Amino acid sequence: MSAELTSDDLVESTPGRLSFEIPARTDFVSFARVVIASAAELRPDIAPERIEDLKLAVSEAVTNAINAHSRAGRGDRIRLECHLAEDEITVVIQDHGGGFSTGDVPSLPEPDHPDRLLHESGLGLHLMSMLTDESEVSSDDDGTDVKLVVYSSRRRRRG
Amino acid sequence: MHAHTTGDWRVLTVVGELDVVGAPELRQHVLREVAGGHHHLVLDLTGVAYIDSFGLGVVIGALKRVRLLDGDLRLVVPEARVRRVFEICELDRVFTLHRELDQAMLVS
Repeated sequence: MSAELTSDDLVESTPGRLSFEIPARTDFVSFARVVIASAAELRPDIAPERIEDLKLAVSEAVTNAINAHSRAGRGDRIRLECHLAEDEITVVIQDHGGGFSTGDVPSLPEPDHPDRLLHESGLGLHLMSMLTDESEVSSDDDGTDVKLVVYSSRRRRRG
Repeated sequence: MHAHTTGDWRVLTVVGELDVVGAPELRQHVLREVAGGHHHLVLDLTGVAYIDSFGLGVVIGALKRVRLLDGDLRLVVPEARVRRVFEICELDRVFTLHRELDQAMLVS
């Protein structure tokens, strides 16, 4: 994997901000979430369990991005930006897949409904929303941007 | 990942990360076991520290397959992080999340 990442992939790294790109391949999902988690750990006021939540949310977004590239037949790279502010961490995942309409995402039956077992996918957006303090998905024909925000412990206490 | 038989149950011991990379191996393993006539499965996720929606999908698919054959699927999920992902997706209403392997095989 390392031979496929070059210094060009580290687009920007300044205090409080990190940007990098990964190939749109599933074997880079783990790499992406570990890098974001390592950056998040630089903020002492983010609880470890919230960093774990952010890792999973990032993983979901990157997996969706890779799937979008695969469906669109695009080999472009996926860009991740991580911004460490005083009271929050923001991660933006940008892909160049075909995009989608949030209205096209099927709603899931209640968990105890027999038809629930017909749906083996579709939980990713739900997880991203539940695991972060803010999540935003914007998509058009050129691709999708996902913004994920996790607040510091102090900000969460403030409500 | 390895499998053994205890009474009526075929126990699959799963280790690693159940994400888009690791979960397909579990899916293949389940398909092999079902094709081999094992329709009462226990997935022991004690060695799983990480699961995402892709992994959840594979577990849901496994349950669907064995139920179509009048079988059953039980889960052993002691790890808090992994339990939480099931709970956030309300899949603890679909599966009982057992903490011990013995407990998973005992409950009727």
